[in-house]
Amino acid sequence: MAASVELISLEEVRHVAKLARLELTDGEIATLQGELSALLDHVDKVRRLDTADIPPTAHPLPLENVLRPDEVRPCLDREIVLAAAPAVESDRFLVPSILGDSP
Amino acid sequence: MSEGTEGHLLDRGVRAIAHAVRSGEATAVNVLEEALGRIHEQDRSLHCFNLLTEEAALAAAVRVDDSVARGVDPGPLAGVPVALKDNLCTQGIETTCSSRILQGWRPPYDATVVSRLRQAGAIAVGKTNLDEFAMGSSTENSAFGPTYNPWDLTRVPGGSSGGSAAAVAAGFVATSLGSDTGGSIRQPASLCGVVGIKPTYGLVSRYGLIAFASSLDQIGTFAVEVGDAAAALEVIAGHDPADSTSLGQPAPSLLEGLYDGVDGLRVGLISDFLADVAESCSKAADDAGEALARAGAKVEQVSIPEMLLGLPAYYIIAPAEASSNLARYDGVRYGLRVDGPDVETMNARTRAEGFGAEVRRRVMIGTYALSSGYYDAYYGQAQKARTLLIRAFEAAYERFDVLLAPTTPSAAFRLGAKTANPIEMYLSDLCTIPSNLSGHPAVSVPFALDLDGLPIGVQVLAPALGEAVMLRVGAALEAAASPSVRGPARVRRAGGEAVPGE
Amino acid sequence: MSETAYETVIGLEVHCELSTATKLFCSCANQFGSEPNTNICPVCLGLPGSLPVLNRRAVELAMRIGEALSCRIEPSIFHRKNYFYPDMPKDYQISQYDAPINVDGHLELPDGSRVGIVRAHIEEDTGKTTHVGGGGGRIHGASYALVDYNRAGVPLVEIVSAPDISSAAQARAYVTELRAIVVAAGASDGRMEEGSLRVDANVSVRPVGSTEYGTRCEVKNLNSLRSLVRAIEHEAERQIALVSAGEAVAQETRHFDESTGLTHSLRSKEEAYDYRYFPEPDLVPVVPDEELLAAARAGLGVMPAERRRRLAELVGSDGTVEQIQTVIELDLDGLVLAAVAAGADARLTLARTANEAAARAEGARSLDPGRFAALLEMEAAGKLSATQAKTVLAEMIDSGGEPAEIAARLGFGAMASSEIDALVDALIAAHPAEWERYRAGDPKVAQFLMGQVMRETKGRANPKVVTAALEARKG
Repeated sequence: MAASVELISLEEVRHVAKLARLELTDGEIATLQGELSALLDHVDKVRRLDTADIPPTAHPLPLENVLRPDEVRPCLDREIVLAAAPAVESDRFLVPSILGDSP
Repeated sequence: MSEGTEGHLLDRGVRAIAHAVRSGEATAVNVLEEALGRIHEQDRSLHCFNLLTEEAALAAAVRVDDSVARGVDPGPLAGVPVALKDNLCTQGIETTCSSRILQGWRPPYDATVVSRLRQAGAIAVGKTNLDEFAMGSSTENSAFGPTYNPWDLTRVPGGSSGGSAAAVAAGFVATSLGSDTGGSIRQPASLCGVVGIKPTYGLVSRYGLIAFASSLDQIGTFAVEVGDAAAALEVIAGHDPADSTSLGQPAPSLLEGLYDGVDGLRVGLISDFLADVAESCSKAADDAGEALARAGAKVEQVSIPEMLLGLPAYYIIAPAEASSNLARYDGVRYGLRVDGPDVETMNARTRAEGFGAEVRRRVMIGTYALSSGYYDAYYGQAQKARTLLIRAFEAAYERFDVLLAPTTPSAAFRLGAKTANPIEMYLSDLCTIPSNLSGHPAVSVPFALDLDGLPIGVQVLAPALGEAVMLRVGAALEAAASPSVRGPARVRRAGGEAVPGE
Repeated sequence: MSETAYETVIGLEVHCELSTATKLFCSCANQFGSEPNTNICPVCLGLPGSLPVLNRRAVELAMRIGEALSCRIEPSIFHRKNYFYPDMPKDYQISQYDAPINVDGHLELPDGSRVGIVRAHIEEDTGKTTHVGGGGGRIHGASYALVDYNRAGVPLVEIVSAPDISSAAQARAYVTELRAIVVAAGASDGRMEEGSLRVDANVSVRPVGSTEYGTRCEVKNLNSLRSLVRAIEHEAERQIALVSAGEAVAQETRHFDESTGLTHSLRSKEEAYDYRYFPEPDLVPVVPDEELLAAARAGLGVMPAERRRRLAELVGSDGTVEQIQTVIELDLDGLVLAAVAAGADARLTLARTANEAAARAEGARSLDPGRFAALLEMEAAGKLSATQAKTVLAEMIDSGGEPAEIAARLGFGAMASSEIDALVDALIAAHPAEWERYRAGDPKVAQFLMGQVMRETKGRANPKVVTAALEARKG
């Protein structure tokens, strides 16, 4: 099953794991490298398709302009929402310190 | 517990139950008690349910019977026990997607389909097991253990809606809701010997369906008979202003003309899958074609090579959308949180621990397919392949009213048979995926048994909003199907084989 | 070797909160200042299973901004911009990417220069994060953070200018004008201090005359016009210093620190973030149909440029640009137009409004234009001196009343020319030496003589009449 040439490098796997916010062990990274390579090999025929002049389909539907009126409706009870939260302080969601700035 | 061939009212299907309850011939409470009795006895072997909602169900059944007694309309599905796939939000009731990351989460709102069922008088008895976040074809990816096929406990029920399919096959409920993104209703329907309908994209509101792949997901129904699955679908279908992708037209009538037969209908049997599926499955499709021809349809083989683009295109598009839809599970607002010194680490640990291996795989491939430098080659190309497939379907529907195909490449496989190689598992969706990419409706109807005595379904595909003709053909297939594959598994076994759980 | 002169190239990204009643994709109230997490629902909280539904009014207002900025309004779609941050309920933002609703517009500044508008698109706002612990609420060193999602999902229009701005002052003028435009369009209340108008600056430098762009840095955290100016000036200096020393400017995002006036690099930035944009599958395209365009155009209001034109037509544009700007900024142009329509002299009206009424702008907005015109006529006719007219005006604004009645009560009114003649004669008699110098044409002594008369009459004398009297006696 293992592809003789991996279609994705370990470095790329690590980079993708970072983008996807998944903390993976070295073992998991290595396994994923094999699995993702196999999958990329499998979907390669799509990559190689000649699609000049073919528009992409984002939607199977012919809908347009689905809009709603600008009218206030009741919202959620804060207590119920905060009760589901892992950590709360001063009626806000508490998270550990944020290292980066909002991109 | 009745074991006669007629069985309890619960075994006579959605329409019969509703009729009996509405007319006062039977009580909702009685039907519910039968259902719960069976579940208590046998579900520990099958594991269809993640959760039962007995008290609420009983209260609902009492209300239905009370309405009937007072002469108030209890709704078109009055007293019908129904099971809900555990990726449908149920207010105040745990909804997990069979994932550790949502274990214990109680949505503060109901999915639209859940409210519609309730308003119709249906009785929701519980939340069914699924492959985690609907990603899988066997329900083995559930974080809470697999569901077992009622026909053979060593085999899978299919997935991702394995619990919902098995619950109907086991006679626990008259109908259940599932979701279908690449075949997750039709494939388990085939493997469990029941009917499974995936409607036209946009026919049924997705509001409250926990998203896997937004442009592909649709909610649909399971039942033993085509007409019953259609009756349940009719209740949940129709425009919802809370879902921007919900079709504006009124839902078509699904039951009208259901038994009018197929005389003169043009049926195209898709030849492109036949080489890639087990002989029993291609034979079932061929036999189905012949049965329709005998009933008056014009049946022809048709080759639509673009069908084979479906699987690879799907395994780019679905994970890509999923990688974005599942980003919100970050331990901040609800669900599992695994602590870390900073929020970035907390997110990464929470998601690594909370998501199972298949989910992680798909999030990874999806992220990659969208990432800078790869978008055009993968996601961009896949969306174009989708266009090619849609055009091919449209061309086919100029010549044919419906298309016919196998539902699955094989009957139910053994637990663990395909878990070593993800790609092998993905191949289970070969015949079902194209309809998700095109947004067209499709139904799987149990048609035959294979040499191991396991059920095989055949698929009818129709153009957008073609449910009526599709179900009409489905009903004709049902009439022509092998008698050994009809009726719920438990009833069929009454003639001497082991009943699940014993 | 000669020193290279550098020029600064600036592009601005301005986010405007739209003044809709509800959020962009759900029916929660769009309201500033509510108790934390009280305007939230499954949609804006991004709960599993929730779906967005687009606010019609937000589309109308976005189109209105497009009209006001002379953009082409195009069919558009939404995209997902994927990144993780605690203030993002879905960990993606629904925005617009390569098919935005408004493209290719421009904005005219009061001084007549033009800045191109590349695009103005719709997107949803994020929640608000408060950093706790660490040094004084700054990001670095904070020990935890608290998130409020009231603002999550509020509709924004992001307006991206072309890099046509060449100085901090011009940047300031651009933001001022843009704010006036979106307010006039009724699309936003444009309050920087409340966050309904947010500015990020892209700054680069290059040798004067070069046509290639230098590496640009994005500067964030500009909470006022003053910060905008200071940040741009500092950033330009910083970049010029680097480039002059032969060093490269790193492409990065920098944070402006108000207390130090400096920008510093944000720690996490190693490379441009990969947002993995793809079309939003939960929403369908927006097409500018007749109904939407009609709603957009109705209620567009009068743009600041048009208001300037109307005043300039009345008064001519030399020497009046600043007065016109002041009057419009204070919403007093209506007063000027009405007073002139009632017969007052245009330039005098403009001057009195920009210089005197401006100091009492709030009251001036309800000043009766007819009475204002009457006062100005009195001044123009010489019945009141300038000083007197200003005093009467102040009282009219503060307490109302008729100009003639107020003037009489205050004992104002033209002095009889015989009174002035008598005073001037007495003055000449008392200051013979100065009188000789006046006759010889000494301008300083003219001022002295005038001052004497004004002091004697406590400002009541009309300077024109006094001057005429003096001139008449020159002989």
